[in-house]
Amino acid sequence: MIQIKNLYKKFGKNQVLQGVDLDIETGGIFAVLGPNGSGKTTLIKCILGMVIPDSGTININDYPIGKSEEYRRNIDYLPQIANFPSNLSVEELINMIKDLRVIKTAKDKELIEVFKLAPYLKKKLGNLSGGTKQKVNIVLAFMSDSPLLILDEPTSGLDPISLLRLKELINSEKEKGKTILITSHIMSFVEQVTNDIVFILEGKIYFKGSISELKSKTGQEDFEHAIASILQKSYA
Amino acid sequence: MLKILKYSCYDLLRSRWSYVYFAFYLMLGTVLLFLNNDLSKAVITLMNVIIVLVPLIGTIFGVMYYYNSKEFTELLLAQPVKRSSIFLGQYLGVALSLTLSLVVGLGLPFAFYGIFNSAAMSEFTLLLVTGAFLTLIFTALAYNIALSNENKIKGFGYAILLWLFMAVIYDGVFLMSLIAFEEYPLDKFSLIATMANPIDLSRVLILLKLDISALLGYTGAVFQKFFGTNFGIVISSIMLVIWVLVPTYFIYRKAKKKDF
Repeated sequence: MIQIKNLYKKFGKNQVLQGVDLDIETGGIFAVLGPNGSGKTTLIKCILGMVIPDSGTININDYPIGKSEEYRRNIDYLPQIANFPSNLSVEELINMIKDLRVIKTAKDKELIEVFKLAPYLKKKLGNLSGGTKQKVNIVLAFMSDSPLLILDEPTSGLDPISLLRLKELINSEKEKGKTILITSHIMSFVEQVTNDIVFILEGKIYFKGSISELKSKTGQEDFEHAIASILQKSYA
Repeated sequence: MLKILKYSCYDLLRSRWSYVYFAFYLMLGTVLLFLNNDLSKAVITLMNVIIVLVPLIGTIFGVMYYYNSKEFTELLLAQPVKRSSIFLGQYLGVALSLTLSLVVGLGLPFAFYGIFNSAAMSEFTLLLVTGAFLTLIFTALAYNIALSNENKIKGFGYAILLWLFMAVIYDGVFLMSLIAFEEYPLDKFSLIATMANPIDLSRVLILLKLDISALLGYTGAVFQKFFGTNFGIVISSIMLVIWVLVPTYFIYRKAKKKDF
């Protein structure tokens, strides 16, 4: 599905990605983990073409990105910070994205139902709370049914019931055979939705495999401690 | 790109500022006409206002819109839309809605006053066309500045400096150099210097058309002598088009390489 080879990216003097090599197979959920500033979001933005790498290649379905923007039709993206044009209403925004992506069978109606967004449809995005914005964000990302889903910190600002709904949603998308990339700092959430993780440290892939492999590699009993032990080593 | 243009225009037409700008021109047009009672005099006064104010508004709006619509841009970048369409669409959205405010705002009072049946019709049209060009040019320049500066304050600062330079300082430096080098032939120098500043260029263009030699000044006179009135108008119009195309091309190039 996604092949990343030797990816380098520098912002000013800050070398964020230092030769990332990564293969993501089709189908399944992959959690991209790493400490703050390790390059998770940069990597995701490189896949989306929002950040242009200094060197290296990214292929999606054996097709190199950067030649055309059409490949993004197969990617749904949930950005980390839900920033929307503030003088549009929720409904207008949803219709605009549908129009831009030319989605014929959008499932926005049922998602609005799931996240109880109906009372907010006519409200301006600038007047919504952080959690409600994140729900709108989720609706936008899930409505177009693309084979690849990229979720950057999907849990931020959500209440427990919405979090539960999100987990159900992610699992049902996985059942359909989609490939889902998730970044999160909430280890319990990661553990609940997936078993496959990719750990990025200082701009390189430090570990790729299952959670149990990581536990045995680090000699820790639980996942959270396993991650913490990697981080401690790297800071020491 | 048309979709982006549509949404940008839609977004802008809902913002208060377009209406303030529109109302300002409406008032300016009305006041000028009722104070002057003479169409061609009103056109001259209007020229002086447009030539300074339109670039200022274009620069400020361009920079402001870019920084304000950053979220919108980021949302669009993840969609299957070409980068160049996003930025060119947004740029045209701002420039066209500003042009619309200008043309409609000034056009209405003049139309009611009976500009269509008067001799000043072609001058007035030229004035509006020049205003539209200045809007396109300065919004494009502002977009370039905003694209190269992540920091809003810096972006605004450079934009204001650009306007100040083009509208005020440039003429000062130009005149001083004319005085300093008065012993040398300065025709070619002043021709090039005029073409290098879209504000001067527009002024010469309108004055050539109005055919008021007293207001032409040195550069205008050189223009007229060198090219003759009609050819002078053609040359300065071509230069204005180039002034739109070059910064627009730079927007296209910068947008391709930028990280978000």
